[in-house]
Amino acid sequence: MICDVCKQNIASVHLTQIVNQETKKIDLCEPCSKEKGVDDPTGFSIADLLLGLGAAQELEQSTGGKQIKCPSCGFTQVDFKKAGRLGCSECYHHFNEGLETLLKTMHKGTRHIGKMPQFYRNTQDLTTKLVNLQKKLEKAIADEQFEKAASLRDELRLLNTQLKDTTP
Amino acid sequence: MNINDFLSSPPLSQHRPEPDDLIVLSSRVRLARNLRQLPFPGFAKKNDRVRVLETIRPAVESLPTMVDAFSATMDSLTNLDKQILVERHLISREHAAKSVGSGFVLNKEENLCVMINEEDHLRMQSLRPGLQIKEAWKAINQMDSTLEKKLDYAFSPELGYLTACPTNLGTGIRVSAMLHLPALVLSEQINQIVQAVNKLGLAVRGLYGEGTEALGNIFQVSNQMTLGELETDIVERLSKVVAQLIEHEQNARATLLEKKSKTVYNHIGRAYGILANAHSMSSKESMNLLSLMRLGFDLSLFQGADRILVDELFITTQPAHLQKRFTEKLTTEERDFLRADMMRDRLKDVSRPMTDKNESRRSPLDKPAE
Ligand SMILES: [Zn+2]
Ligand SMILES: [Zn+2]
Repeated sequence: MICDVCKQNIASVHLTQIVNQETKKIDLCEPCSKEKGVDDPTGFSIADLLLGLGAAQELEQSTGGKQIKCPSCGFTQVDFKKAGRLGCSECYHHFNEGLETLLKTMHKGTRHIGKMPQFYRNTQDLTTKLVNLQKKLEKAIADEQFEKAASLRDELRLLNTQLKDTTP
Repeated sequence: MNINDFLSSPPLSQHRPEPDDLIVLSSRVRLARNLRQLPFPGFAKKNDRVRVLETIRPAVESLPTMVDAFSATMDSLTNLDKQILVERHLISREHAAKSVGSGFVLNKEENLCVMINEEDHLRMQSLRPGLQIKEAWKAINQMDSTLEKKLDYAFSPELGYLTACPTNLGTGIRVSAMLHLPALVLSEQINQIVQAVNKLGLAVRGLYGEGTEALGNIFQVSNQMTLGELETDIVERLSKVVAQLIEHEQNARATLLEKKSKTVYNHIGRAYGILANAHSMSSKESMNLLSLMRLGFDLSLFQGADRILVDELFITTQPAHLQKRFTEKLTTEERDFLRADMMRDRLKDVSRPMTDKNESRRSPLDKPAE
C-alpha cells in the first residue's frame, strides 16, 4: 500500500476514523505520519489530513476552476492545497461556497450555535427585542391603540440607535 | 525565569490532590481563537506574527489567573526546554518547532496554558488531573470570557470563532481525556471499543507511539466536531463516553481477575521483575512495563509503596527529561542504560507483587513437602 500523502513510500500507519457516520481510511508512511503529527496528542485529527487531500479539489470545483484570491490576505486555493489551512478570518467569507460542503462532511451542522463574545450576545438580544417590539407595534396599530403605538415607536427608535452603536 | 525552575518536579505535580480515579489520568479542554483581520500564523509574515504575539501576550499576562505565570517567547527557549514541555503535554510538537513570533504562557498552578501563534493566534488550555472535564471547561470558559474584553476576536455569528483550519471552526473547542486502559488491551476488546467510540463522532488514539499503536496502554479520547453543537453538549457527550469507558475497563479488570488471574499476575510480576532488574531499557519497553505496574498498583498488589512512583517514572524516563537530568549529549544507548538505572534505583524499595492469596493455596500439581 502506498502512502496517501507523499504517494511514494510504502504505508505503514493505517488509520480509520468515523467522521459523520462515514468511515474515512488513510494510509501513511512513517515520515509522513510524523510530519502530519499523527502521533501528536495535542493536535491530530484525520479530518485535518483529509482536508489537505480532498478538500482542496472541492474548493477548486466550487469556484468552477476560477482563481479566487482573498482580498484581505492574498490567500488562494493553491495555498489551501499546500497547507490545508486558510489564510485569515476573512477567507471564510471569500471561500464561502466551497467551504459549505466541506463543513457539512466535517461537522454536526454548518451554523454556529455555541458561545458568542459578549458583544454579539448584546447585539443578538437587541435584535430579538427589536423584532418583538415591531410585532407589538403592528398589533397596536391594528387595534387602533395609537397612544401605545406612539410609545412603542419611541422605544423602537431608541433600540435602533443602540444597535447602531454596537455594530462594528 | 528558567522554565525548569518554574515547572514543579514531576513527583510534586503528581502528588497534587486529584479525584480518586485510577483510570482517567487527566482531563483537558482547549479553545482556539484568532484576532480579526490579521493573517493566521501559518500564512502570516514575521512582522504580523510578532504583532499578534505582542497583542496577545500582555493580555494573557494581565489575567488575574496568570499572576506569577511563566511567560516566554518561543525563540527564548532552548530545544531541550521545548521538548520537556512537549513531554509534559503542555505544548504541541508543532509549537515546539516555532521560534520568533510565537509564545507560551503557563500559570503558577500549571493548569492553564496558552500557546500564541501555534496553528491559531491563540490556543488556551485548561488541564486537570483525573476526571474533571466539566471543571476544565468552566476554567477555560472563564478565561476566554475575560480575554474577549481585551482582544478583538475573529467571530462570525453564522460560523462562530474563525480558525485557521476549518476542522476547528465554530466553538474552537477540543475536549479530551487521557485514559489508562490496560485490561481492555489485555483482553483484546480495545479495537471494538475504539470503533464504537468513533461512531459517536469522537476520536480515540494512543497517546504515545505512532499511528494506532498505544504505548503504555494510554489513550486519548476527544471530540472531532466543533460546529453546530453547544460547548456544553460536547463536554457532556465526552463525559458520558469517558464514564462508559471507565466502566468497561473496570469490568474487563474484574473478568480478567476472575477468569485469568494467573495471566494478569504473570504480566505484572514480569513487568516488575524487568523494571527492577534490567540494565538497558528503551522508552517503548519502559512505558509498556510501567503500565502493567500501574495496573498492579490499582489491584493493590504493591503494598506499602506509592503508585505515584509509577506516574513519576512515566515522565522522568522520557528522552528530554533524561537529557535534562544528565546531559544533552546522550546517545540512544546511553539513554537506555540511564533509564534502566533510574528504574532499578526507584524500585529498589518496592517489594515484589503480593498475590499471596493464590500462592498460599497450593496447586494440586505440587507434591507435598517431604
Ligand atoms: Zn508518505
Ligand atoms: Zn484571507
